[in-house]
Amino acid sequence: MTYFPDEVVEHIFDFLSSHRDRNNVSTVCKAWYLVEQLSRLRVFVGNCYAVRPERVMARFPGMKCLTVKGKPHFADFNLVPHDWGGDALPWIETAARCCPGLEELRLKRMVVSDESLELLARAFPNFKSLVLISCEGFSTDGLAEIATHCRGLRELDLQENEVEDHGRQWLSCFPDSCTSLVSLNFACLKGEVNTSALERLVARCQNLRCLKLNRAISIESLIKILARAPNLVELGTGSFTADHRTEAYQNLLNAFYKCNSIRNLSGFWDAAPRYLQAIYSICSSLTVLNLSYAPAIQVNDLIKMIRHCFKLQKLWVLDSIGDKGLAAVACACKELQELRVFPSDVYGTGIAAVTEEGLVAISSGCPKLNSLLYFCHQMTNAALITVAKNCPHFTRFRLCILDPVKPDPISNEPLDEGFGAIVKSCKDLKRLSLSGLLTDKVFLYIGMYASRLEMLSIAFAGESDKGMVYVLNGCKNLKKLEIRDSPFGDAALLENVGKYETMRSLWMSSCDVTQGGCKALAAKMPRLNVEVINEREESDEMVENPSDMHRVEKMYVYRTLTGPRDDAPDFVWTF
Amino acid sequence: MEVDLDNFKATELTLSLPGSDAPRKPSQVTGKRSHEESCNSEQSSTVPPAKAQAVGWPPVRSCRTNSFRARKNMEITAEKEKSSNGGIYVKVSMDGAPYLRKLDLRLCKGYKDLTHALNSMFECFSPGSLEGHGDECGFAITYEDKDGDWMLAGDVPWEMFISSCKKLRIMKGFEARGLASRT
Repeated sequence: MTYFPDEVVEHIFDFLSSHRDRNNVSTVCKAWYLVEQLSRLRVFVGNCYAVRPERVMARFPGMKCLTVKGKPHFADFNLVPHDWGGDALPWIETAARCCPGLEELRLKRMVVSDESLELLARAFPNFKSLVLISCEGFSTDGLAEIATHCRGLRELDLQENEVEDHGRQWLSCFPDSCTSLVSLNFACLKGEVNTSALERLVARCQNLRCLKLNRAISIESLIKILARAPNLVELGTGSFTADHRTEAYQNLLNAFYKCNSIRNLSGFWDAAPRYLQAIYSICSSLTVLNLSYAPAIQVNDLIKMIRHCFKLQKLWVLDSIGDKGLAAVACACKELQELRVFPSDVYGTGIAAVTEEGLVAISSGCPKLNSLLYFCHQMTNAALITVAKNCPHFTRFRLCILDPVKPDPISNEPLDEGFGAIVKSCKDLKRLSLSGLLTDKVFLYIGMYASRLEMLSIAFAGESDKGMVYVLNGCKNLKKLEIRDSPFGDAALLENVGKYETMRSLWMSSCDVTQGGCKALAAKMPRLNVEVINEREESDEMVENPSDMHRVEKMYVYRTLTGPRDDAPDFVWTF
Repeated sequence: MEVDLDNFKATELTLSLPGSDAPRKPSQVTGKRSHEESCNSEQSSTVPPAKAQAVGWPPVRSCRTNSFRARKNMEITAEKEKSSNGGIYVKVSMDGAPYLRKLDLRLCKGYKDLTHALNSMFECFSPGSLEGHGDECGFAITYEDKDGDWMLAGDVPWEMFISSCKKLRIMKGFEARGLASRT
């Protein structure tokens, strides 16, 4: 055993960027724990109810960057009631008291009020970066506070939040002295902004590298903005359509011609085909292209564009691209690592847009593919087996067949073998989402082979408790398990209760778990919060004391140091 | 805007079992995520769920479904506008005529009206009349449809015709004879 001075140990720890590595070294010995806790600058809290903010900030007094996540993932799909929880205010208040040197805050799936934003804006003199992902509860008033009071703000990144538009000219609140912005993303905002204020802001922030405009910004404004920010690396284009029948095309072409640094493009909400041609000149340098909010782009125009994008690493599109479009991607984009294909017709009229053929083409054309999200109308075992063979490097594999219990249309069999091939071949698989007709067998395969799996999403799958048990007993690195509409009950829930303390959380909805099962779990495992969410339309129908046999509609289980949370609404019962 | 889509959904045919549908209430118009009741808890999970009726399926974020809902509503509104006040003006050409005309298809109630209108427009350029059948007339009314193909007018119902017709062309001469004799 060699003894190093603390400064040396601290210096070594500087090279550890992942919080998991830092968590691990801090358990080696007391000395290392102390050095590590004082030197940790970036703190990650995966579940805001697992630990109190005071405890986090007492342990890491040097914290400069805090990431906190709130609601369970299925909240994205309206499965979690609106006021379930996940309030950001306690975290911001505590940080204001204990860590006033805070520079960066990243929140995901949390409720952020305007009051919280106002406090944030005023309490941290060195505040540099705010990233809000899938949050809600705030309005443009809160944004105005941030713009007004955060001197030296470098980043304001709003990704897919629900923001109320109070019509206030929040963008005009950035003072003339603000020249520090590097990244500004307001693509998710619905309302208009003052475009001349925006142009002036862009002009004086010479370090601006990422700018993502919302749909309210027309091409005419975009052209003026690009003229003032030719060094942009990431651009969200706004609506990409002209307000008037001006001949904006030539100006647009010239504007893009000067932007040599653009590597990441998104937006294109109302893109008309003739304007798309203006971006061909930059397509060959693009590494990221997000066309998933652009239903107006036709397949043929898409294909023409894609042919130029030979450096593309990440592509998000709508399923209107079709198998034909995906074949074109497979030909052109040999560097592709991530592909997401979203459904363009969510209320499904059943017109098959992409099928297994598109996926197979991609897998054979793009050997570097490691991350997939694919919404399709059908999938076959044969296709999945081929994909597994072509692409053994998947770390994220999410397949969503729109008809949730659809079998292989050719063999009429469940898709157990197909997914089994994926987990067997892709040894680094960290995240998996299943769909289609599936029996317990697929879970046997997952338990056997998916040893690195951390997150598993199950919907309308399985036949008996055995399925869930295979997963709980098998996947030793499992952190998050979310299950809906599957026949798993108390026996599965209680089979391996110790497992849940090794995981961040378990979500089960519309399964066969009962009140009694939840109570039993809570009794055996005091360091878990077993939350049962009881929604009722009319409160007088709420059963005060449902029997233990009563089926639980929604259950959320997570490990915690804090015991039952004190902000739970009355429809959430913690056992 | 939200209401239109819910009416659309209310009339949508599905293959669900009778009584197995979860009661659906119209979603709130606040832009916040709606608090929808989950699938009927009495329903056994072994019954296959009604397609597109299960809450939160397919698993797509609200911001995406909202933008598609908005787009769908835009399309529905555009269709309504088109059918209520807009005239449908199409160019009409006749082989041999020195200039084209424009005709509002909305003013015609059917193919007979169309023929009559075309007749009066182009009467001055040709002896004979468009009315009449078979070889004796020597004209055929053709149109370019949405796909860019040239079709003989008269095959499809009138409403379908005016929604897909982009241009009209009155063919004459030997081409027309061949077409006309097929009707």
